[in-house]
Amino acid sequence: MTIGVLGLQGSVAEHIKLIKSVNKKIDAIVVRTIDELATVDGLIIPGGESTTLRILLDEFKLYTPIKARVEAGMPVWGTCAGMILLANRIEGERPYFGLLDIDVKRNAYGRQIDSFVAEGDFAGMYVGMVFIRAPIVTRVGADVEVLAEHEGKAVAVRQGNVLATAFHPELIAKDNRIHKYFCGMVENCK
Amino acid sequence: MAVKDNKSNDRKLLNRNLAQMLKGGVIMDVTNAEQAQIAQAAGAVAVMALERVPADIRKEGGVARMSDPKMIAEIQNAVTIPVMAKVRIGHFVEAQILEAIKVDFIDESEVLTPADDAYHIDKTKFATPFVCGARDLGEALRRIAEGASMIRTKGEAGTGNVVEAVKHMRKMRTQIAEVSALPTDQLATYAKEIGAPLELVRQVAKNKALPVVNFAAGGVATPADAALMMQLGADGVFVGSGIFKSSDPKSRAEAIVKAVAYYADPTILAGASYGLGEAMRGVDLDTLTDEQRLAKRGW
Repeated sequence: MTIGVLGLQGSVAEHIKLIKSVNKKIDAIVVRTIDELATVDGLIIPGGESTTLRILLDEFKLYTPIKARVEAGMPVWGTCAGMILLANRIEGERPYFGLLDIDVKRNAYGRQIDSFVAEGDFAGMYVGMVFIRAPIVTRVGADVEVLAEHEGKAVAVRQGNVLATAFHPELIAKDNRIHKYFCGMVENCK
Repeated sequence: MAVKDNKSNDRKLLNRNLAQMLKGGVIMDVTNAEQAQIAQAAGAVAVMALERVPADIRKEGGVARMSDPKMIAEIQNAVTIPVMAKVRIGHFVEAQILEAIKVDFIDESEVLTPADDAYHIDKTKFATPFVCGARDLGEALRRIAEGASMIRTKGEAGTGNVVEAVKHMRKMRTQIAEVSALPTDQLATYAKEIGAPLELVRQVAKNKALPVVNFAAGGVATPADAALMMQLGADGVFVGSGIFKSSDPKSRAEAIVKAVAYYADPTILAGASYGLGEAMRGVDLDTLTDEQRLAKRGW
């Protein structure tokens, strides 16, 4: 099984390292091209700047092939910027992939000085959550399952093969449980 | 696993984490809201708000200071990406002001005229992250010990000449390789020689990497320059005068963003370099006197 991490910008190496730590049989590769995308069983869209990512995704013609793969059932996981790109609606701007029935508001907690860490349950596991200039989920669609909440707001959601977290599990180097959870999604859909 | 232990440690990690989110990206110098919007639309991961780009500071001379908070606020209102701004080396009150207006990152920068010739800012006293310039491993670790969350090469800002940035990046890589290969009983002496805290030298030796993100800066003018720095191991690139001092800033900004994302693909680099118009004129470093070399500021 091979999991790809979209390698245009952001916390790419962090995700690769954690996926590789899950299990020796799972490989993790950087995905920058259509050919690389074709070789993976699941895709992670990492944290970074969503405006930069969407420009590069358009420029290098990755929008259509990624959207088609996810619609055909490939599991995808977006962290922070990745969540924004997956959402059906983004406050004040055009949505991107529109593959996840949630509304999000970007930089909703404020600027860097308002970034914070928290703890909470994620699908029955007690995990640390790092929020960096994070988005807030302002609406959750009927078919979307909320996996984690912080102060009453959904911060991790799943709709079938689409997983999204407003926080960054890739930044907690010693904890690969959410990466393991995603690997489980990929394994089950094979 | 719990991450919550104490507030100041959380802050330190959160600030290093923001720098990680910028990896693989381009941070562009802008002097007004309109340039900031051009930078964001071109795909910049952050902008650096300053009144004069380094090339103009170099040309016009005088004391270069922190920018007017009004101008920074206009830029903050114009874009959604992080906004950085510069303070003079040692000028902790300028830093307090930037923290008060919630700048996302503070650059304690040799490009501005130093305010203190003996001490850098104690950056651990701030909740806002700092980026600092460094020419080698010792300088980088001194800044990290003072609380910097991100390092960049100094290069030679405002010259459009990448040679110093290359020198600093290579020096850093060589020293990281050196320290990683040393037996542990030689680390204390190595730390003393480069003037860095032993604890941080041990960390570098163990991880074979700096504890924070390291960007290239100072003299990057073309997509090829940016990709060169990435291939030499930079985590991302600052472009100062190189964009808005060129003949077609928008196209050049877009081209440099592409070149950094696909830095190892010569075909894409060729495309990004194609028909870009004139790059900034640039300066031959041999014509600069020691006083004109900004990289010599700070220690």
